[in-house]
Amino acid sequence: MNNPFNRPIYFDNNATTACAPEVFEALKPFFCNRYGNPSSIHNFGGFVMPEIEKARWQVAELLGCDNSDPNGRCTEIIFNSCGTESDSTAIRSALKINPSRRKLVVSKIEHPAVLNFAHELAKHGFQVVEVPVDAKGRLDMDFLTDAVDHETALVSVMWANNETGNIYPVEEIAEISHRFGALFHTDAVQAVGKIPMNMKDSKIDMLSLSGHKLHAPKGVGALFVRRGVRFRPFLIGGHQERGRRGGTENVTGIIGLGKAAELAKSYIEIENSEVKALRDYLETEMQKRIPKIRINGDPENRLPNTSLISYEFIEGESILMLLDQYGICASSGSACTTGSLEPSHVLRAMGVPYTAAHGAVRFSLSRYNTRQEIDFLLEVIPEIIAKLRSYSPYWNDK
Amino acid sequence: MWDYTDKVMDHFLHPRNVGEIENPDAIGEVGNISCGDALKLTLKLDEDGRIVDAKFKTFGCASAIASSSALTEIIKGLTLEEAAKITNRDIVEMLGQLPEEKVHCSVMGMEALQAAIANYKGETTVDEEDDHEGRIICHCFGVTDHKIRKVAKENNLHTVEEITNYTKAGGGCGMCIEDIQEILDQLWSDKKETPATDDDFKNLSTVQKILRIQQVLETEVKPMLEKDGGSLEFVDLEGTLVKVRMKGRCSSCPSSGVTLKYVVQDKLRELISPDLTVEGI
Repeated sequence: MNNPFNRPIYFDNNATTACAPEVFEALKPFFCNRYGNPSSIHNFGGFVMPEIEKARWQVAELLGCDNSDPNGRCTEIIFNSCGTESDSTAIRSALKINPSRRKLVVSKIEHPAVLNFAHELAKHGFQVVEVPVDAKGRLDMDFLTDAVDHETALVSVMWANNETGNIYPVEEIAEISHRFGALFHTDAVQAVGKIPMNMKDSKIDMLSLSGHKLHAPKGVGALFVRRGVRFRPFLIGGHQERGRRGGTENVTGIIGLGKAAELAKSYIEIENSEVKALRDYLETEMQKRIPKIRINGDPENRLPNTSLISYEFIEGESILMLLDQYGICASSGSACTTGSLEPSHVLRAMGVPYTAAHGAVRFSLSRYNTRQEIDFLLEVIPEIIAKLRSYSPYWNDK
Repeated sequence: MWDYTDKVMDHFLHPRNVGEIENPDAIGEVGNISCGDALKLTLKLDEDGRIVDAKFKTFGCASAIASSSALTEIIKGLTLEEAAKITNRDIVEMLGQLPEEKVHCSVMGMEALQAAIANYKGETTVDEEDDHEGRIICHCFGVTDHKIRKVAKENNLHTVEEITNYTKAGGGCGMCIEDIQEILDQLWSDKKETPATDDDFKNLSTVQKILRIQQVLETEVKPMLEKDGGSLEFVDLEGTLVKVRMKGRCSSCPSSGVTLKYVVQDKLRELISPDLTVEGI
């Protein structure tokens, strides 16, 4: 690695995160030693079940769920395989329990897990309304209020956007949805573990989360379904998850997610103080050192770890490839990185000018990042940007 | 992560001939900032019309920068006539390889060169010509039917996906995908509808006959067989008897005799001469 740390410098935590060492230790025994099936009648398998229930509580506590069940049960968390499964399950369920309602309201800046599924439903005769955003990526609340009606089965708006880090007024949207008898679901994959949550006093009906975004392993997710909200399973099979998600439990993943949730709860202050301070430092210094850049998103309502910076007149993939030469990992909303030919749907929905959209780079931090790492980025990036701009026919030094 | 060759990385990390020639003899500008890539090529020529210097400025991804760099290396020292023959394939070849989705970067290089040559000759650029002559099919990237046909012919492209990789057309909103398919259907059926007449074939030399047979086998027959995991190779031509060897799954397929008669022979008769007979060996 061409950097003083001799390891990757990871600023791509909205893509995925390192599995926390404590998480890895917690789930390890369940691979080779305690490998029993929690549904088994024998103790060897059966003793795994309490571990799964413990993990369920750990997740419920991170979300601030109601813990007043008289039997001490936690019934609001359904473990599954990923955020996408949670999103799909929530949308399908809402449409199934309300077959007379054929309308779905989503935002234009949803993750493909929601947006592409909504597009698919539109092909099958459902009415799908996409709520637009302004130049800072803020939702048009008037448009949303007008769109929700008695035909609406579900409103689904993400809690925080993966590219800009923008946080959306989910409680307010839940209230609007309920006024018309519609359910409200939020894809909170990017928000869980980064901002405090209190589902006990919330109006949100369903919430999706994913393990690997909060230092648990990949391949595990969960869907919160508020007690009392009617639900139809997506995977039908065995009685696992109280019949709400068939299929043998991903035991190691679930135990890992539980531990990760417990850690996330204890670090949530740090996330909003130290990590936020690092992000703010990165942005302030970047603006000092490099001309003609713009910070995208809503500065008032943003995740503490995310920064989406546009370097005007150059293209994002080139920037990432040069950063990669130093082992610096980041992401881009530019077209070329993914093989698609247009900038991301989020930047387009925001109407970010093409001069800036193609050169957008996302830095997403975690509690494992250090000031030294940011300093190294700040040391090498001005030269990278200057070099690429010197190649660009649109860049003019004067 | 893209699978870029070492050569692509070398040209991206150490691009040759970046910049702009002062008082250039020819300028070629293609692309624009909304498309996500753009290239400005400037050339200096000597009295004999030979390119003595070439410089580029490129806005785009790593492969766009590498393609531009490779282009300038290729054309230095060539006469304009020689340079006019350079295609995107020469650029891809110099770089070893480009991911399919990035081939449009090499096409941009070729277009900038053609624009520069046209500029030198005082003609309108190829792109402008396209716009006047053709009809815009892809509104997201401003690609005309003229350009789609040209690139499809030059690179033997048959699918919309290939067209998108080479020209970007269809890669935005996707509204024009059916139009592109129509252009391709028309283009390739036109080709099929003009088989050489019998007389033509008889008058050819043996070598020319063989070349023509091989071309039909390569472009028309093999792709059909490959769908089923089979293939064939041309062995010999004796008078009007074409000898081929079945390969892949075809070699062990009990119905390969039928394939020979109804697929291979019919195709050759249709496109070359009704006198031909095919025999498997």
